[in-house]
Amino acid sequence: MSGWRSGLAAALVVVGIWQATVWILGMPGFILPGPAAVAVEMWHSRGIIAGHAWVTILEIAAGLALGSALGAGSAIGLAASPAARALVRPMMVFSQAIPVFALAPVLTLWFGFGPGSKIAMTVLVIYFPVTSSFFDALMRTNPDWLGLARVMGATPARILWRIRVPAALPGLATGLRLAAVYAPIGAIVGEWVGASKGLGYLMLLANGRAKTDLMFAAVIVLAVLALALYAAVGALSRRFLERHAT
Amino acid sequence: MSGPGGCAGAAPEVVLEGPVGVGGAAVLSQAALRLPAGQWTCLLGASGVGKSTLLRRLAGLCDAIAPLGRLAAPPEGLEGRVAMMAQDDLLLPWLSAADNALLGARLRGARPDRARADAVLERVGLAEHAWKRPRQLSGGQRQRAALARTLMEDRPVILLDEPFAGLDAPTRARMQELTAGLLGDRTVLLVTHDPAEAARLGHRILLMAEGALEEIAAPAGPAPRPVDAPEVLAAQAELLRRLRAAA
Repeated sequence: MSGWRSGLAAALVVVGIWQATVWILGMPGFILPGPAAVAVEMWHSRGIIAGHAWVTILEIAAGLALGSALGAGSAIGLAASPAARALVRPMMVFSQAIPVFALAPVLTLWFGFGPGSKIAMTVLVIYFPVTSSFFDALMRTNPDWLGLARVMGATPARILWRIRVPAALPGLATGLRLAAVYAPIGAIVGEWVGASKGLGYLMLLANGRAKTDLMFAAVIVLAVLALALYAAVGALSRRFLERHAT
Repeated sequence: MSGPGGCAGAAPEVVLEGPVGVGGAAVLSQAALRLPAGQWTCLLGASGVGKSTLLRRLAGLCDAIAPLGRLAAPPEGLEGRVAMMAQDDLLLPWLSAADNALLGARLRGARPDRARADAVLERVGLAEHAWKRPRQLSGGQRQRAALARTLMEDRPVILLDEPFAGLDAPTRARMQELTAGLLGDRTVLLVTHDPAEAARLGHRILLMAEGALEEIAAPAGPAPRPVDAPEVLAAQAELLRRLRAAA
C-alpha cells in the first residue's frame, strides 16, 4: 500500500534530520538525545514504559467510550427536542469558550489522582466534537424523506429512530474519528496535572530528572498509540458504514 | 380484504378550491382543482407554475407556509388516505427493497406484513431483487421499488410528482403501463411536464398556466393508451402546442 510506504519514508526522513541535527550541533544527550540513544533507552526501560502506557491506554479507552456515548446521547436528545436545543445549545457554545485544559486542576480536585480525573478530562475534550458532528448530521436529514414519512403517518419518535439516526451515522463516524485524535491529549493533560501513573506522568518525571532520552521514548510511544487508535477507529467506522449504506 | 395491488376503501373524489397561493403569489387563482373518484387526472404545465405546490398541499406538506386553498372534498379530509411517489425514488439507502416497501408499516408501529410485501414486489417485477439495496438496483428497478412502497401503503388517493421523469424512454413506457395497471382504481393526480405521458395516462388532462387551469379533452380509450395510437399522437401534439403557447 503506497500510503503505508510514504508514511514509513517520511518517518525515516525525520529520523535522519534528527540524527543530523544532533551530529552537526553537537548537542549533549540531556538536551537533545539522538534517535539511537532514544531507541536504546526505549528498549532498556520497556517494562516501565509498557506499565505506564497500559494505564494511559485504559484511561483513553474509558474516556472515549464514555464521552462518545454521552455525546451521541446528547445529539439525539437535542435533535428530538426543540426546547432542549433552545436551552442547551447556548450553554454548549459558552462551554466551548472555556479552555478545557484550565479545568484540569479542578478535575483532579474532584476526581482524585487516580484514573477518574483523566477519564473526566478525556470525556470533556471529546464530548463537543462528537455531539456537534452527530447533531449537525441529524439536522440535515433529506427533507423529502421526512415529508414521505409524514404522509405515511409516522410519529416524530419513529422518524427519528428509523430515518434520522441511520441517515446521520456518517456524521457520528466523523465525530468519533475526531474523538480518537483528541482523546490521548485529554488523558495526557490529566496526567500532567496530577498523577502517579501513565505516560504523561512518566514524561514529567523523566524531564525533571534530565532523562531526556526516556522522555522522548515516552512521547514516541504515545504518538504510536494515538496513530494506532485513529487508524482503528477509522477502519471500524469505514467498515460499518460500507455495510450500512451499500 | 384487498389483493396485493388492490385498494382498501373506495377512492374518493378530491376537490381543492382556490385561491391557492404561496407568499402572496397565486399559484391557482379562483378555479377548483377537481380529481374525479377513481380516475387519473394529469396536471400538465411548464416548470415553476406551481404544479408541485398543489400536490404538496394535497399531501399535507405545506405547514411552513400558510394553508393553501380549501379542501372541499372529501369531507373527512385526506389525512392517512394519501400516498406519494416522486421523481426521486426516496428509497432509504441502508434498507433492502423489501424493507423499503415495509417502511410505512414500521413508521406507524404496525406489524410489517412480509408476505404481502413479497407479493407486491412480485407484482412490480422485483421478486428476485427484494433483498438488494437501492445502490444495487438500476434506475427503473428503484422506481419499481418506490411503486411497491406506494402500493404497500394501500391508500385510495395517490399523488405522483413526475415519477417517470428520470427514466430512459423504454423504461419510462414500461413503468407507465405498470403503474397505470396497478393504480387504475385509485384517485390519482399525476403532475408532469411531458405531453406524451399526459396523453397516454390521463382520464382528464388539465393544463396549468398563470394561475388558471384549463381542461383539455383526453384521447378516447382506456389508459394506458398505446404510445403510437393516432389519437394519442394527435393529443400529444395538441398539448405541446398549448404548452408552448402558454409559456
